[in-house]
Amino acid sequence: MTDATGPLIEVHDLVKTFDVSRPWLARVLERLPVQTLKAVNGVKFTIRRGETFSLVGESGCGKSTVARLVVGLDRPTRGSVVFDGTDLAGLRRRSDIAPLRRRMQMIFQDPYASLNPRWRVEDIVAEPVNAFRLVANRSERRRKVAESLRQVGLSPEDARKFPHEFSGGQRQRISIARALAANPDFLVCDEPTSALDVSVQAQILNLMKDLQKRFGLTYLFISHDLSVVYHVSSRIGVMYLGRLCEISAAKDLFRQPRHPYTRLLLDTIPDVEMTGRERVSVPGEVPDPIDPPSGCSFHPRCPFANERCRQELPTPLQRGQGMVACHAVEEERLPPFKRSDPGQ
Amino acid sequence: MALLEVDRLRVEFPTRRRALVAVDDVSLAIEAGEVLGVVGESGAGKSVTGAAIIGLIEPPGRMAGGEIRFDGRRIDHLSDEEKRRIRGNEIGSVFQDPLTSLNPLFTVGQQLVETILAHSDRSADDARRHALRLLEDVGIPAAAHRIDSYPHEFSGGMRQRVVIALAVCAGPRLIIADEPTTALDVSIQAQIIALLKRLCRDQGTAIMLITHDMGVIAETADRVAVMYAGRIVEVGRVRQILRAPAHPYTTGLMDAIPRLGRDDADLAQIDGAMPRLHEIPEGCAFHSRCPHAFDLCRRRRPVLQATGDAAAACFLIDQERSDD
Repeated sequence: MTDATGPLIEVHDLVKTFDVSRPWLARVLERLPVQTLKAVNGVKFTIRRGETFSLVGESGCGKSTVARLVVGLDRPTRGSVVFDGTDLAGLRRRSDIAPLRRRMQMIFQDPYASLNPRWRVEDIVAEPVNAFRLVANRSERRRKVAESLRQVGLSPEDARKFPHEFSGGQRQRISIARALAANPDFLVCDEPTSALDVSVQAQILNLMKDLQKRFGLTYLFISHDLSVVYHVSSRIGVMYLGRLCEISAAKDLFRQPRHPYTRLLLDTIPDVEMTGRERVSVPGEVPDPIDPPSGCSFHPRCPFANERCRQELPTPLQRGQGMVACHAVEEERLPPFKRSDPGQ
Repeated sequence: MALLEVDRLRVEFPTRRRALVAVDDVSLAIEAGEVLGVVGESGAGKSVTGAAIIGLIEPPGRMAGGEIRFDGRRIDHLSDEEKRRIRGNEIGSVFQDPLTSLNPLFTVGQQLVETILAHSDRSADDARRHALRLLEDVGIPAAAHRIDSYPHEFSGGMRQRVVIALAVCAGPRLIIADEPTTALDVSIQAQIIALLKRLCRDQGTAIMLITHDMGVIAETADRVAVMYAGRIVEVGRVRQILRAPAHPYTTGLMDAIPRLGRDDADLAQIDGAMPRLHEIPEGCAFHSRCPHAFDLCRRRRPVLQATGDAAAACFLIDQERSDD
């Protein structure tokens, strides 16, 4: 099944709906209908071996749900996730799933919540080693833990300590060491630096880049911070209300954003260079995902929306190496993008 | 005379072994109508400084030294009752999480009216009219209808607007805004910043803007104070500090920010982490992470020295001067 040249991850028509109705009794008594929330709606992308694919968007756009679906923490309502040629939804037996699970690991946002406070670092880092029976005996296990800690810039002596003895940045290193202990190919990183201070964020981003080079890792990177995403990504997908509205190579996305929502996001990046560029204040906010707008879900905030946008859902258009879903792009009525570009 | 003067402020948190110093010898001033940014990493003491000014340091923390003067009058040793009158009337506050500032059991209209009545002698009807005008001012759509909604019926961005309306309803001359945009999405962040700037311009309100986000500082503040381990390491005009920082910590912080259009393979990073309160070293608190540290930095604590439109606490400035 394995094809060493094909993409590592293929996501097809992914849909995840959550039931957000009132409790059953209340619902029946008050004669309310079942309410569902489409957190992810028809998402499709591929991730090539060794690249960093990022998903960006505002809170509630479904990016974290996609991350959880891809690693199998949640089951999709529809669609499939194909990992290295194998459809994960087709696997039912634990013995079939485990070898794939080992190859994909996840790093979470909050390094205070994702490490068990009662476990020593060695037990935390050794957890995947034990779960996947990667070593034969204790001394080998200790060596593996020491190696993982060293790879993330911690010392093997730290293995005896508890998580509370570390700062936020060091804790995130422990999470990364735990992921690395499984010898993975693919890491899903859900906002790995948003809980950290900038100077520490730089350390973690540099470490992740370095590990990617050394071990040929593939990343799915989830973030709301466009500057961080620009720095780490090969390709970027922009999500809005559960749908992908644009996929593009990182450099192209920032130089020539196609979708009006991408342009909006770029305009809201604060100007640290103090070039005098006014941050454009965009009216409105993300609509209620339980009751999304008709047609293109971005139309209530879009300065280029017309009648067609209000009624018809835009279909994905192939553009160069990327994708964009927008009627205005299709009809070529978008003005060229202009932004006072620092440094280019 | 500045509107607010903080002079050699020291805040301690007593523990069983010894007192931890969260804010150490901090002096700053805010002029009427000015936006002073206070920036630093978590634990740098910026929020505690803000809390000290409005007299809301969480016990067992206490002000252990220094003076706070508002409009020339000392306010740090007033009674609780007098402090309460200053909060709201003279100094408003906006915190990070709008939900904690709003009472979930009352409509936003009730909360605004109550606050207005507490700080003025308007009639109830007049207070409600004023509340409505404030909600319109901060950009709540269909305010006449929304005034009778409860906080949970608003989105995060709208809630923060309500909190800002509450903070300004008594017409304060200073607003302490502690991470007002951190919990919000980028596009909403821009709206809230525009709102704060407009209030500042239209009503001449001074703002102390506490944040970890240099981008927010760059767009909003006139001057900025950079804090590290409870001390101010650099303070001055925003433009100078962001473009030509003098303190190695500020330089490191600016270089660590990923930027569009900059394609360096690696970000510049500051190794290590800010020392925790119980292990702040002798001398300059930054010396263990500083690439330029020399012997003196480990022994003596540097004081703020003027560098053009700014001041920085670093021995390198002396050294450069003596080299010239």
